[in-house]
Amino acid sequence: MAPRKSAKKPNVSAEELKAYYRDMLLIRRFEEKAGQLYGMGLIGGFCHLYIGQEAVVVGLEAAAEEGDKRITSYRDHGHMLACGMDPNGVMAELTGREGGYSKGKGGSMHMFSKEKHFYGGHGIVAAQVPLGAGLAFADKYKENGRVTFTYFGDGAANQGQVYEAFNMAALWKLPCVFVIENNQYAMGTSQQRSTSSAEIYERGKSFGIPGEAVDGMDVLAVKEAGEKAVAHCRSGDGPYILEIKTYRYRGHSMSDPAKYRTREEVQKMRDERDPIEQVRSLLLTGKHATEDDLKAIDKEIKTIVNESAEFAKESPEPALDELWTDIYATEVPQEA
Amino acid sequence: MATEILMPALSPTMEEGTLAKWLVKEGDTVSSGDIMAEIETDKATMEFEAVDEGTIGKILIAEGTEGVKVNTAIAVLLEDGESADDIDTAAAAPEAAPAADAGNEAAPAASEAPATPAPEAPRTDSTPDWPEGTTLKQQTVREALRDGMAEEMRRDESVFLMGEEVAEYQGAYKISQGMLDEFGAKRVIDTPITEHGFAGIGVGAAFGGLRPIVEFMTFNFAMQAIDQIINSAAKTLYMSGGQMGAPMVFRGPNGAAARVGAQHSQDYAAWYMQVPGLKVAMPYSASDYKGLMKTAIRDPNPVIFLENEILYGRSFDVPDLDDYTVPFGKARIWREGTDVTIVSFGIGMSYALAAADKLAEDGISAEVIDLRTLRPMDTGSVIKSVMKTNRCVTVEEGWPQGSVGNYISSVIMQEAFDYLDAPVINCTGKDVPMPYAANLEKLALVTTDEVIAAVKQVTYT
Ligand SMILES: Cc1ncc(C[n+]2csc(CCOP(=O)(O)OP(=O)(O)O)c2C)c(N)n1
Ligand SMILES: [Mg+2]
Repeated sequence: MAPRKSAKKPNVSAEELKAYYRDMLLIRRFEEKAGQLYGMGLIGGFCHLYIGQEAVVVGLEAAAEEGDKRITSYRDHGHMLACGMDPNGVMAELTGREGGYSKGKGGSMHMFSKEKHFYGGHGIVAAQVPLGAGLAFADKYKENGRVTFTYFGDGAANQGQVYEAFNMAALWKLPCVFVIENNQYAMGTSQQRSTSSAEIYERGKSFGIPGEAVDGMDVLAVKEAGEKAVAHCRSGDGPYILEIKTYRYRGHSMSDPAKYRTREEVQKMRDERDPIEQVRSLLLTGKHATEDDLKAIDKEIKTIVNESAEFAKESPEPALDELWTDIYATEVPQEA
Repeated sequence: MATEILMPALSPTMEEGTLAKWLVKEGDTVSSGDIMAEIETDKATMEFEAVDEGTIGKILIAEGTEGVKVNTAIAVLLEDGESADDIDTAAAAPEAAPAADAGNEAAPAASEAPATPAPEAPRTDSTPDWPEGTTLKQQTVREALRDGMAEEMRRDESVFLMGEEVAEYQGAYKISQGMLDEFGAKRVIDTPITEHGFAGIGVGAAFGGLRPIVEFMTFNFAMQAIDQIINSAAKTLYMSGGQMGAPMVFRGPNGAAARVGAQHSQDYAAWYMQVPGLKVAMPYSASDYKGLMKTAIRDPNPVIFLENEILYGRSFDVPDLDDYTVPFGKARIWREGTDVTIVSFGIGMSYALAAADKLAEDGISAEVIDLRTLRPMDTGSVIKSVMKTNRCVTVEEGWPQGSVGNYISSVIMQEAFDYLDAPVINCTGKDVPMPYAANLEKLALVTTDEVIAAVKQVTYT
């Protein structure tokens, strides 16, 4: 099946389109800034940027309702921004400061927000897949009508625990959207070199889980597919798989020699398929926004991102006694 | 204002690199995302992208230059309306403090970090587990364990039991007998044989506000799930800065059963005991199985509950109380004595107690301590006892290297060295995979005779 494209005449308002443009741009600029802070030595360790994949989370968040949950891998900055977490808190976690979401103790790969129903941020490839199914299990147990978005990569799709989770999710009809962010590479290994089947979403078939491929550079296509998947889950029909074909422009993490693909391949994707440019041109050609409107958005984003960088530099390192806190809970953290 | 473009660090360890190639020249306009240069480190060549838009005003470091330190200015970027002539006067400001500063700040800070808080002098809780005069009833470990779980499930709707054969089959070892009938299929859930997956689903359900009890048919199979237990359950509270954790119990039989060979006989006490974020219980008596299970289910942290198949059928006194719990981190002194302290837990206690009986016949008075939980561990009670007896023998079925006894020995050395009249001896299982043959299996396990011999050695009798 060819990836789902958005219908020619998008069924969205100018305001919605502008909001997607803004949210995607926020992720892009935030990630560029993170890359820059990394280059200055202010961010350490691994730092996996989301540049190129913005339409995936923004499209799916457009299909989510208040109270729905999300969980993903270490490539998590975009998911956090898209679900409304504070850029200051995210950036300060990247710099390992007190003002970060995990008080500086989690880092780029391990961040959480109970308030925004964001359950991490997981550094072990595919561990979040059964965890996401477990979140959906809790929702089904509580009969609260919520859905969990469980994101993982094309590389993660080769872990056994993914299929263990598929099986139980289908068996128990868990309200879980499995989102495969297929950016075509797992570090330096292309899908062709790691994955026996070309269409990963088809792997749900043997569990009876419906799935489809989606054009992940088209935010409207992602939103449309997301709505369909969410409706399926919410109606009690069990899990749904979306394989979203996307692309990461940057290296796997900051130190990536990028010898596994050509510069032309990346450039072609940027020139022809860029998710932000697509919406920009939709806005302009449809006369939903003027150049000036978009400039104003750019400016707003630049301010937010610069502020987050300032906050992340100014926020102090965690107090030394933080080393010894949060190892054991004394009471159960309450559900937000 | 003109901004300096700095030599970036492209990996956590990079300090300098070669500016291999410029892909832009002075006068070029760039926008964010454009590749400006190639930077070579000892590991790889990497591309360097523009973050801001502007015009390249000046290139400060020529291509081919080696050993360019991170955060050195390599070019100047001009904004709209500025010209290269402004550069010298514009006092181009680097965007942030150089990386080296951040590093220097961090280094002394780390060395000032407080060391592990010194263990306190023994301040032990020696209140009896139940009030005097309480009615006692004889129960098997199996029944006590089921009662503990069932009582908590009646008390809290969010508690549920999942695992292989826990529901329809009534438990592979009949621990969950009758529970499906009482609580229904929503709360007593048969899983497929998929340890990694259902452990992960359990942890996710705990993140989502439930209180799962995850049964492993035996802990040998939990090795398939160890990543979810340690990386997801034990570490999330810390990694989330206290926002969320996994209030849940992982339970099942642990250690040697009888004649099931190397893959079904391992004792994991020392493994789990090592992990901050986990609590670990390994009870011996039926009352402790019940009381500790109830505490484990209520605890807001992930608890590893290590049971023993051979003990399941043994009967003990259990207090007939409505809500009987046993706190974590409180050892039980089964037998007071003056000549030697024998420390054990789980099935090891049966050897320790049998040895103490025999030793008494020879006029040696052994104090026998059941740790009951290994994390937190009531080392205070051990130290207090060793200060009295001046000798200690530990007993466990697990392997010798990196054993629970090794840890106890080190605590005694640090906190009661001057009280010791003999080296501490660790009686453990032998350093071999468990053999199948009856005679070899017997040889591989720790024995009462070995405990007696160790006591004789430390008491020089
Ligand atoms: C269990 C495990 N194995 C290996 C790694 C190292 N690793 C981190 S990311 C990664 C590639 C994953 O690729 P993919 O799932 O496609 O996600 P992407 O990075 O493309 O978002 C690898 C091998 C890990 N973190 N965990
Ligand atoms: Mg990938």
